Amino acid sequence: MAASRTKARRDEANEPSSEVLRFGVDQPLQLDAGVTLAPFQIAYRTYGTLNAARSNAVLICHALTGDQYVADQNPITGKPGWWDVLIGPGKIIDTNRFFVICPNAIGSCLGSSGPAATNPATGKPYGLDFPVITIRDIVRAQAMVVDALGIDKLFCVIGGSMGGMQVLQWVSSYPERVFCALPMATGTRHSAQNIAFYEAGRQAVMADPDWRAGKYLEAGVRPEKGLAVARMIAHITYLSEAALHRKFGRSLQDRPALTFSFDADFQVESYLRHQGISFVDRFDANSYLYLSRAMDYFDLAADHGGRLADAFKGTKTRFCVVSFTSDWHFPTEESRALVHALNAAGASVSFVEIATDKGHDAFLLDEPELFAAIRGFIASAARARGLEHARP
Amino acid sequence: MSINSTSRVDLQVIADLIPVGAKVLDVGCGDGELLSLLERDKKVDGRGVEISQRGVNECVARGLSVIQGDADTDLVFYPDKGFDFALLSQTLQATRNPRRVLEDLLRIGERAIVSFPNFGHWRMRLWLLFRGRMPVTEELPYSWYDTPNIHFCTIRDFVNLCDEIGAKVERAVAIDGSGQKIGLSMPWWAWNFFGEQAVFLLRR
Repeated sequence: MAASRTKARRDEANEPSSEVLRFGVDQPLQLDAGVTLAPFQIAYRTYGTLNAARSNAVLICHALTGDQYVADQNPITGKPGWWDVLIGPGKIIDTNRFFVICPNAIGSCLGSSGPAATNPATGKPYGLDFPVITIRDIVRAQAMVVDALGIDKLFCVIGGSMGGMQVLQWVSSYPERVFCALPMATGTRHSAQNIAFYEAGRQAVMADPDWRAGKYLEAGVRPEKGLAVARMIAHITYLSEAALHRKFGRSLQDRPALTFSFDADFQVESYLRHQGISFVDRFDANSYLYLSRAMDYFDLAADHGGRLADAFKGTKTRFCVVSFTSDWHFPTEESRALVHALNAAGASVSFVEIATDKGHDAFLLDEPELFAAIRGFIASAARARGLEHARP
Repeated sequence: MSINSTSRVDLQVIADLIPVGAKVLDVGCGDGELLSLLERDKKVDGRGVEISQRGVNECVARGLSVIQGDADTDLVFYPDKGFDFALLSQTLQATRNPRRVLEDLLRIGERAIVSFPNFGHWRMRLWLLFRGRMPVTEELPYSWYDTPNIHFCTIRDFVNLCDEIGAKVERAVAIDGSGQKIGLSMPWWAWNFFGEQAVFLLRR
């Protein structure tokens, strides 16, 4: 089982089960690091049909450890699409009505170019020879996919967390190409606290002897322990104190009393260990380093002389910003700062803060109030875009 | 929302003051009743600010562009003259600093429209005169100790404030207890006595 998963993971990094676009040396990807990436490839999934006017495309941007399988089964884990509560036939993002595109971010490990993919120059996995990438690089590559699909203007760009950063970068980089934007549980920059948590995670990966200075794939090993610890640290930030307490409290794991050992006595320990182990099964350690770094580097205001509002100057995009009361990874204040900047830029913006104790990950869950807000926002934007009866 | 919605005859009066296609900001937009009316009948480009998250979420679910915010603290984030009209309907009396809010409205909008309950209405006066207690009416149902309405004023008070901050009154409408507009020919004292609500169109 573990061996076949390892093989599946390796195959998916180069030959994904999904659609894939390959860009040759004549179409290099310009990176913020000052280098170019060529050739490179982007794996993606699409759902629904592009209408004749090419006006019904919805781009979904995934979060740090997400993938392109937003509304159908992930080939490695066999689990349903990670946002299939929101996206699918008859759902809020109705694939009978919209043409949904979900690309795998570059730097990730599900078929887009990244450290786990084979470096064409050497025939070996890139490892740390892969250039350090930014959110803007990820978005630049996505724009090439959107171009290749023959779409000039996206109806909507949606994403949470790192996906939300990409949404904001899209509007900032390509203001004319986004009709409406739905950034959720995100911010315009990584806070010092977020950088600190991710640094602890990266150090855990790099401290694992099996990391082998990033060349573990060549050595046929993986820094599983380090990556599992990194995931455990991050996962705590995705939940809230209240939710952890509600779910686990101080309950013991399958035992009547404390064992006076370092076993997982508490349910919460067992839960975290499980989160760590199951993550290692599906994700590449170096990809984790690269994508968390991309989030750290994100600072939209800094790209515009320190004035966040200038990132959205003259924007005609309609925004719906969503935050969650118990999210301490991207607290509501981050969204509020974004909303103030959008107001100062004269943008059309809605802002809802959803009351929930489910923390950062609430954006992935079935929250009725969240869904009502998204439904209203999408319906009114679709009317404004003339998509009321736009069934392909 | 600080006022019982059955008494919102001021909404139509406000709508009548707004031309088709205007860009409006509704400060204290509640559940979006006025903005919906304006988007439907006047095809406005409408935005809203509302302090209660429940109101905001209802608005967004209705397809309106509304953000959670406080008129007292968040209007500073809006640029000068970003809107044709800045509206404040039945919210002035619930702000901590009505003067500054009014000044912000006049800065943000080319024009401002303000509606408020008139505390100089004869029924209010009778309450105080004969009962000796703070009025509690169908329109203003709160007791003094739990009301969101912390800065009541009369029509005369409001006109004085406009003078003080240099706001020009372009139109003023008073509405009596039966929802009828009070005749323009009536003197100010009559407006202040018979007007249950007032709507002012202002300009800097």
